[in-house]
Amino acid sequence: MKVVEAKGLPYRELNREVRRLLTAGEERLLLRGINGQRYIGAGLTGAARLEIEGTAGNNLGAMMDGLTVYVDGNVQDGAGNTMSGGEIIVRGSAGDITGYAMRGGKIFIQGNAGWRVGIHMKSREQSPAVLVIGGKAGDFLGEYMAGGTIVVLGLNTPLHQEREAANPLAGNYLASGMHGGAIYIRGRIPAWQIGGQVRSALTTPDKNAELKAWIAQFATGLNLDCSAFQRETFTCLTPEGNRPYARLYDHSA
Amino acid sequence: MPRSLIPPEFLVARDEGRCLKCKACVRQCGFGVHTDDQGRGISIDERRCVNCQRCVVMCPVGALKVTANPSVGRENAYWPASRLREIWRQAENGGSILTGMGCDRNYPVYFDHLLLNASQVTNPSIDPLREPMEIRTFLGRKPEKVSIAGPPGAERLADPLPPVVQLEIPVMFAAMSFGSISKNVVLALAQAAKRLGIMFNTGEGGMSSVLAPYREHMIVQVASGRFGVDNAYLEAGRIIEIKIGQGAKPGIGGHLPGEKVNEEIARTRGIPAGADAISPAPHHDIYSIEDLSQLIYTLKEATDYRKPIAVKIAAVHNVAAIASGIVRAGADIVVLDGLRGGTGAAPKLIRDHIGLPVELATAVVDRRLREEGIREQVSLVASGGIRSSADLLKLICLGADAVYLGTAALLALGCHLCQKCYTGKCSWGIATQDPSLTRRVDPQWGATRLVNMLTAWGHEIKEFMGAMGINALESFRGNRLQLRAVGLPQNELDQLGVKQAGEAM
Ligand code: SF4
Ligand code: SF4
Repeated sequence: MKVVEAKGLPYRELNREVRRLLTAGEERLLLRGINGQRYIGAGLTGAARLEIEGTAGNNLGAMMDGLTVYVDGNVQDGAGNTMSGGEIIVRGSAGDITGYAMRGGKIFIQGNAGWRVGIHMKSREQSPAVLVIGGKAGDFLGEYMAGGTIVVLGLNTPLHQEREAANPLAGNYLASGMHGGAIYIRGRIPAWQIGGQVRSALTTPDKNAELKAWIAQFATGLNLDCSAFQRETFTCLTPEGNRPYARLYDHSA
Repeated sequence: MPRSLIPPEFLVARDEGRCLKCKACVRQCGFGVHTDDQGRGISIDERRCVNCQRCVVMCPVGALKVTANPSVGRENAYWPASRLREIWRQAENGGSILTGMGCDRNYPVYFDHLLLNASQVTNPSIDPLREPMEIRTFLGRKPEKVSIAGPPGAERLADPLPPVVQLEIPVMFAAMSFGSISKNVVLALAQAAKRLGIMFNTGEGGMSSVLAPYREHMIVQVASGRFGVDNAYLEAGRIIEIKIGQGAKPGIGGHLPGEKVNEEIARTRGIPAGADAISPAPHHDIYSIEDLSQLIYTLKEATDYRKPIAVKIAAVHNVAAIASGIVRAGADIVVLDGLRGGTGAAPKLIRDHIGLPVELATAVVDRRLREEGIREQVSLVASGGIRSSADLLKLICLGADAVYLGTAALLALGCHLCQKCYTGKCSWGIATQDPSLTRRVDPQWGATRLVNMLTAWGHEIKEFMGAMGINALESFRGNRLQLRAVGLPQNELDQLGVKQAGEAM
């Protein structure tokens, strides 16, 4: 494995070096001493594996198609922004707009994710977009979602029992304008926490093969034991229809 | 359904004496105005008529006439028929009224108050047929300085020059997505761009694979919905354009109605067929100039700094400061889309009541960037309602490097400006995905019409330049001395930076 010492290296030089090494055929790179450099892996394709030690800056793996990026640390905003394929696995937490408009590939975050996560996610046939958050997520999760799957596990968060209490694993405006895909959040979610025109149903990983498979992949990717979740209740959110705005406009000639 | 109270907007008259009962009109109308009444003749449903003139043009014997209904009742100057009609429609179905194409209201048109100059005696005019005229233009970032490296005799540029794109005439086809217009129309634009040595723009719907042969002439767009944005798409474009806004609907998102989202469009966009294709109002990763800068640099990093990045905004009241921020954020090209810019679908009141005429926007942005000493770093593209080579040249004098054409290009392909693009029923086969309609535009036929129109514009530009005694377009850019205004008050002259007609140099 080739090591790149990134401490103090400006992002442009770092990313040029990564691109050069991958073009030269390197299959595994370890980027050491990363401290906020932006755009790592942006737009790259191929099957290489990038390992990152430190805190990756904004837009990690944005528009990437291929590559496995493993971060032993946190990532700032926009990880996997508009990505088409590949994997981003984060041992720590992720910032805002994680997975914005991603249309393929997988993002596994062990910790929490910020606000506006998974907005306008889509899905392409060959590689459905999947975002699994081990901790919890902020407001606007899955807004305008058009495809793909989001799972929020809340690994270390105990859940309330009262019916109308907010589910602490997601914020407000959950799934507003959603018109495709599915969101699974552990526990029950009161109706007021969810955007309009979204259908809400209860399930468990045991009964739902898709959910079970994504949790299993998340556990493998991060080397965690998630078997305790198999019988836990999850709320599954899906759009009521795929035309949330149909009645807002007069389409007649 | 309760009876509608709205009188028809248009009247359709058939001259029964001439009519051959050939039923061409029945087949031609996308809106179902004419129906074959099985032996009892051909009936007309005027309520459906949008006055697109397709049947009138296609009737072999000229038996049809469509005219505006002269009255809906007691409309007056304050309550025009259009407003009455809209209120009745909203009372009937509770929706925000949609429309297509650009703002058609009676606001002042600055183009029509500006006159170009010409040479007489003191500096001779140039005969464009005899002497070469340079109307080629380059879009992209221009370096502030170049440094030379290497030993004497083997000097070279120390740093690579930023990427630029060459246009043979200072015109491009504006963003119109596959989805809002048909694939045949996209192909016609692409072929014409290739033949003319200019660029066309995919719009925000992703790229249909049929466009691969035209990538050298393609601008790809990244909008808030990020439809079809992947590595191959970014690689395919010569320029990448971030769409922040559009003149026809500043500040609101894009919305391709589910009616137009067929299987192929759904696949290109990565959404379910029949679903509305929604572009959120803002890019949710851009809430500031600093965020915009990060998307610009994400795109530059993703394409290894090989492509100019354009940022398109709708012209709004604070446009000059915003444009300055965009330049400082790292954009290589700034696109200003004015009030008259067209659209496939927009809420009518938004289209008609928000924005700034492109003439003013271009003038104030150019002036602001010059004042800040950053004008030469970027290219400025003006867009939104350019109707002729004269409009184009006036914009160049006000500071643009090039213009985008949308509406004019569709007119060349047969559009009759009925403004019903959002219905997906366009009788001219342009703003529709219905195969029985889209085949009306053959890509090659369409490309030839576009090439014809722009060849004519090219000649006209050279004639204008020759008349002014200027042989390079470069000498026009921001050259407001070539303009004079008629009928504008002083404050408007000041905003445009143009002198009153009659004032000498
Ligand atoms: S196209 Fe003209 S001639 Fe033919 S049926 Fe219609 S009105 Fe009559
Ligand atoms: S494109 Fe078609 S629907 Fe739109 S204005 Fe032109 S003729 Fe009418």
